[in-house]
Formats: sequence, structure tokens, C-alpha cells
Amino acid sequence: METAEKTLDEILTLAAGHFKVPREKLSPDEDFFKALGIDSLQTLDLLTKLENHFRVELPDYELQGVTDFRTLAARIQARL
Amino acid sequence: MDARQFKGQALSWQVLSGVIELALHREPCNELGSVSLLELETFATALDDLEKDSHALILYSDLKCGFCAGADLRELYHQSQAMEKSQAAQGVRDFLQRIHCVLNRIDSSPLTTIAAVHGVTFGGGLELALVCDLVIADKMARFCFPELRLGLIPGFGGIPRLKRDLGNAVVRDLLLTGRSFNATKAQQVGLVSQVVAEGEALRAARATAGQIGKFDRQTSAAAKQFIKPIPTDELRQEIDIFCELFSRPAVQSGLKKFVESTTLQPYLP
Repeated sequence: METAEKTLDEILTLAAGHFKVPREKLSPDEDFFKALGIDSLQTLDLLTKLENHFRVELPDYELQGVTDFRTLAARIQARL
Repeated sequence: MDARQFKGQALSWQVLSGVIELALHREPCNELGSVSLLELETFATALDDLEKDSHALILYSDLKCGFCAGADLRELYHQSQAMEKSQAAQGVRDFLQRIHCVLNRIDSSPLTTIAAVHGVTFGGGLELALVCDLVIADKMARFCFPELRLGLIPGFGGIPRLKRDLGNAVVRDLLLTGRSFNATKAQQVGLVSQVVAEGEALRAARATAGQIGKFDRQTSAAAKQFIKPIPTDELRQEIDIFCELFSRPAVQSGLKKFVESTTLQPYLP
């Protein structure tokens, strides 16, 4: 069972790697659209990457209104 | 014109070792509008000749963003705004009937057809993949019917074909929630037959087409015809329902909202 902090850390690392943004520039409470400079299609790419990594299914409607990494991590944690 | 190859604005095709490869390449993400439709019609006409010495057809996208983001909603909105209401409704019906003709032609081709998909495979893009006998997805592929978000239903044959191929529970989930599935889920529910690593879908489709080429064409065609009937009546009903919904003001405002969206999230529910 992953802890919430570990999940959050893995998300930040995955997002940084996938969108080629320095990991140290991302912080948990940041707006990931702005931090990663991504649009909705790229957000779906991130969602797929996270689903594959954590082996969870996260309906995209559960992400409605979610803009920061910490809340995203909580949504994933709830499905682990 | 040499029917064995074509290079258009929205798509291209060539024949390699008995395999027709149809590539989509219209920026930004292969949205299906009037140009794509015209070129798909050119392809459907050429198919009569191409089928004579081919055994398989592969559909794929040359664009990084994905296979296809669906119908060109911007074109649909702007064209319908420029017309009288009844004229716009007839225009939509004509467009749907034409695209149904093309998709039915590919669906019923005696060739074994393979969609090699990656990234966004949404709405009309998913409907295009669904006409194929096999869907091979890279693990970053994502499938969705977002039409209900606009007050519409899929109009390119998606519901009847999905219902033909999958259980109703999955059809209803995809349709009524408008949510997207990843490739693993799509394989679990039977929408996708093979999931491969990122960037490997076309290679896997070519290997599959090579295997299919070992078999007698007539036998493959007979097997396909037996197992994959065209849901003709339901496809006709779908056009009627789509056109009825399209004429409602709610749809026009939904389209307007999508087209004029300045947020970064028009593809999220």
C-alpha cells in the first residue's frame, strides 16, 4: 500500500519526466496546468500515464475541478 | 491517377506488400470535417481497385497527439451558424449520410482491417477505429465518446458498432458518462485486441497484417462477413436521432461554448 506522500512524490516525478520539466520546479499545491504548461489533451496523456503507473482506473470526471498535484494524488490514493 | 498511392491534406495511403496503409495527418488532431470526408470518399472509391491485390488495411495516425479527436466541431459550428436552421439541419444529415457510406464501405470490406491507435481516440475517431476488425492500441491510447457533453450522441455509427462488438454495460458507461478509458481498460472490455508499448502500435499492426496475409483471402472474407454484420437499421436510426438532437438550441450553445472556449480544458468533462 502506497502512502499518500509517496503517491504524491511519484506523481510529481512522473509528470516532470513526461513533460520534461525539472522535478524541483514542481510543488504539491501548484496548478499543474500552469506548472507543466499543458492543455486538456496533454492532461489526458498525464492521466493515462498515471493510470498505467499506479494500475488504477480513474474516470476523468473525477478530475473535474482538480488543478493541483496534491488533490490529484488524493484521487489516485482513493483508488489504490 | 495511381490508385495505389495518394497524398491528400488530411490523409494519405500507399500499398506495401499487399497491405494498404491509410495514414491520417490533419492538424491539430485529425478532426474529421469536410476535407477529411472528401478524401475518405476518394479512398472508399479507390478501395474497389485496391482490394483486388491486397489482404489487409491498416488505419493509423501520423500525428503525435493521437489517432483522431473526432468530428471537426469548429467547422460544424461555423457552417451551421452561416446557414438557415433548416438548411443547417439538412447539411448535417447529408454529412452524416456521406460519412456513414464511407465507414460502412470500410466496415464491409473483404480485407481484414486494423486500426493502430495511440493517444486521443475520441468521438468520431473512436467510431473510425470501430469500423475496423481489430484495434491495436499503444498503452497511451485513450478512448471516449464525449458527445453527450454537447447534448448530442455519436453520429458516425459509434453506438450500433460498439453495441455489436461489446456488452451493453460498457456501451452505456462510455456513452452516458462521457468518460474516457485507457488502453488497458479498453482491452479488458474487448474494445482493443492488443495493447503494445508506446509508439509500437503501427509495428504490431504490420506484423498482424503479415500473419493475416498467410491465409486464403476468400476464407478470411467469409469469416469476417459471418461474424461482423453491418447494423444497417440502427445506423439509420442513429442519423435520425442525431439530427433531431442537433436542431435543439442547447446543442448550438454547447458547440458555441466548445468553439469559443479559452480555457485549456475543452476535452475534459
